[in-house]
Amino acid sequence: MNYSTAEIWWIIAILGVGTFLIRFSFLGLIGSRPMPEWVLRHLRYTAVAILPGLVAPLVLWPTATNGELDPARLMAAVAVVAIGYWFKAVVWAMITGTVVLYSMQYLLG
Amino acid sequence: MPTATEKSGFWRGFLAGLPFVIVVIPFAMLFGVVATEAGLPLYQVMAFSFLVIAGASQFTALQFMSENAPTIVVLASALAVNLRMVMYSAALTPHLGSQPLWKRVFLSYFLVDQTYLLSATEYENRPDQTAAQKAAFFFGCMIPICPMWYLFTWVGAAVGEQIPASLGIDFIVPIAFLAMVSPALRTPAHIAAAFVSIVLALALFWIPFNLGLLVAALVAMITGAEIERRMS
Repeated sequence: MNYSTAEIWWIIAILGVGTFLIRFSFLGLIGSRPMPEWVLRHLRYTAVAILPGLVAPLVLWPTATNGELDPARLMAAVAVVAIGYWFKAVVWAMITGTVVLYSMQYLLG
Repeated sequence: MPTATEKSGFWRGFLAGLPFVIVVIPFAMLFGVVATEAGLPLYQVMAFSFLVIAGASQFTALQFMSENAPTIVVLASALAVNLRMVMYSAALTPHLGSQPLWKRVFLSYFLVDQTYLLSATEYENRPDQTAAQKAAFFFGCMIPICPMWYLFTWVGAAVGEQIPASLGIDFIVPIAFLAMVSPALRTPAHIAAAFVSIVLALALFWIPFNLGLLVAALVAMITGAEIERRMS
């Protein structure tokens, strides 16, 4: 890394301010003004629209295996979704996923 | 003065956030380790976690910095990773927008994937709370998550040892995200949105700066909303 100390401080500061402004955008500017129903309808799908897409490449092409499909990670992901979907139990889904990940890594070497 | 229901909301949030300690600790440590190994001094590593407080974008910035990318590329890619939070901010605004400005400043600063998701789920399950009660829940979620982010960034930077990739720590975050989002797949509209999100995110993965994900998310939101409109 060959940035000067000042350059690194600028990067950190701009990222900090920029990220805050991103987070503050709607909360800060819209505030209590009502939003139209069609906007609200779209916003109800925010979580299910972002997170599956964010996670999918990490599941199928993990950086740790240089992008190669890894059966242990894939099975762990399937187990998490299954438990989360059927039992609506976030914590149990996380525990099951972790157990599946490590036991598969152990079994598959 | 916080009322009794605000206090109980705060503690409900705290309990909901508590399990994510096991996600935040390894992720924060990993950032501390990687940033230190990339050559950042301790106070800059800590400044990253305090000021940016967004894991994925911190790792992105670090990645480009260790490749000596132009500053503008470092900034653009790390900020693009965080653009999803515009949607989080919008999604929470109907619930928290009426809070005083100083509170919205703090809510925004602590708006991370976990606090957003836990709060959005809570507000959907208990829609009749006041905005103050909803904010109390949000701050409750934040307590076990964000301070741990700072603390274990420091531990990682201080310990400084490489965590072996074979441990699979990289996969803790996907597991947490999947665990948080799969209970939300309640209706055909939600499932369709998730499906579109996955297919498009994979198909558009080649677009730089993670912008493919934003396109995927927008189309997925439209899909969910459109199915809801037609089915109602």
